Amino acid sequence: MNLQATIAAVKKGEVKAEERVNKFLQVIQSTKEFNAYIKINDKQAKAKAVSVDHRIKDGRKTGKLAGCVVAIKDNINIKDQETTCASNILKGFISPYSATVIEKLEQEDAIIIGKTNHDEFAMGSSDENSCFGPVKNPHDPKRVPGGSSGGSAVAVALDTVDVALGSETGGSVRQPAGLTGITGLKPSYGRVSRYGLVAFASSLDQISPFAKDTADLAVLFNVIAGHDERDSTSAEIEVPDYSAYLNKDVKGMKIGIPKEYFADGLDGEIRDGILQIVEQLKAAGAEIRDVELPLSEYGVAAYYILATAEASSNLARYDGVRYGHRNKDKAGLTEMYAQTRNEGFGDEVKRRILLGTYVLSHGYYDAYYKKAQKVRRLIKNEFDSVFSEVDALITPTTPTTAFLIGERADDPLQMYLSDVYTVTANLGGICALNVRAGKDKNKLPFGLQIMANQFKEEILFQIGDFIDRKCTRYQWE
Amino acid sequence: MAVTESDVENIAHLARLKITEEEKEKFVSQVNQILEYVEKLNEINTDEVEPLSHTLNLKNVFREDIVKDSLPQKEALKNAPAKTDKFFRVPKVVTK
Repeated sequence: MNLQATIAAVKKGEVKAEERVNKFLQVIQSTKEFNAYIKINDKQAKAKAVSVDHRIKDGRKTGKLAGCVVAIKDNINIKDQETTCASNILKGFISPYSATVIEKLEQEDAIIIGKTNHDEFAMGSSDENSCFGPVKNPHDPKRVPGGSSGGSAVAVALDTVDVALGSETGGSVRQPAGLTGITGLKPSYGRVSRYGLVAFASSLDQISPFAKDTADLAVLFNVIAGHDERDSTSAEIEVPDYSAYLNKDVKGMKIGIPKEYFADGLDGEIRDGILQIVEQLKAAGAEIRDVELPLSEYGVAAYYILATAEASSNLARYDGVRYGHRNKDKAGLTEMYAQTRNEGFGDEVKRRILLGTYVLSHGYYDAYYKKAQKVRRLIKNEFDSVFSEVDALITPTTPTTAFLIGERADDPLQMYLSDVYTVTANLGGICALNVRAGKDKNKLPFGLQIMANQFKEEILFQIGDFIDRKCTRYQWE
Repeated sequence: MAVTESDVENIAHLARLKITEEEKEKFVSQVNQILEYVEKLNEINTDEVEPLSHTLNLKNVFREDIVKDSLPQKEALKNAPAKTDKFFRVPKVVTK
């Protein structure tokens, strides 16, 4: 039963929200070794489910997500709950307020079952950089689930929830969705309020949803999308009903295949799997065009300058004064800051703060930071130009299937290159969706990425849902 | 533009990060490897290009200046590692 049908059944009283929550809690217990969760809200979740069931029994009104069970990445604030960002520096921080997306979920009667593990401060592509230990891939526990929102991806892939929220800065939802065989959307910059999301790189960050398939994703995205006056970078642009774009065909849609995303470095099985789906879209009447995005190969370089620069500034607030960890030595103020930050941050976060501080420092600002900002404009222009010719682009989501835990841990550059196909969408502010594409010979899943211009998410839903229904060789087990 | 150990020390100080000798060595080689990679941006001519700080077509976003409730002082202090009844408490700043 898909999510829309499940919610309808809950609203009719045919399915009890409380029973759903109990069932999910059992699955969470039996899949603990994958380390997807940091905290389980069993009591609150049960209480909310009971309240939903009561209101339905009494014939009172319930929200659009009545009975829908959700997991939340632990860098999104929920009032009176701990937000750790998977970091020792924030452990023990109890948020005094809720993120806008959380308020929206609660208003629509979603049931929040727990908070998920991820790379510290959302920095990473493997979920190995968490102070709570690595998250494991459900398809092979020796392998990474991708990152940084790996816990939320695994929570959905293991069927411990209906849907989940993660966050994206350079592929942190699409990449783990691809590597765990689920669906994940990076909304256009400005589509979802960032209020209450702990900032990493503010010009790139977006709260981003996961679901099993595109149809379920539409139910969740309809609720979280939209303008919020508490986030000045959220756009005042009308939000369509994304469900209206499901169950359509793709006849006449113009789809571009950028050759740069199929060049050296892409696994052969992934290439063949993606191109096979493209053939099916062609047979269904889509117009397939070869296009070029020559600046794509510069995406990772521009991204790691801009993202680390913004991170070094955003993470300056963790100084042991207002919240979180403080060094216990009786040193002076400056020494206290430095010791606190040394004890609190993990390796990858320190590396990025150093790199970001360097590219912003006197004498290097123009050479690195300003240069990367100029390249960002050129990348955005390149997208604008290609989207004047085609409705959408199709590419692989990742160059390989899931790699082994530890395999890239000592080689940050190799790790950064895992994001080669995803960072460009964040730089260009456009939207992009990962759908299930297939599995390789080792039964490891890989994803297909659809990209569309800023605020054109409906195109992603239309094509993604068509691929789910008609093309994919990947079956949900 | 390779960074040296003393550059890393200097950056670490600017970022208020205390790093060990061992970390210093590792970060020098890793930061250099990443900087060498990002040099490839110089292959692109950006002479006539304006920098882009974000992708939205926004300038100033204004709202009415209306007084609303804000976070109460007690709530704001709740997570502080050290505090008085009204203030965050920090180590002594001025020393003799």
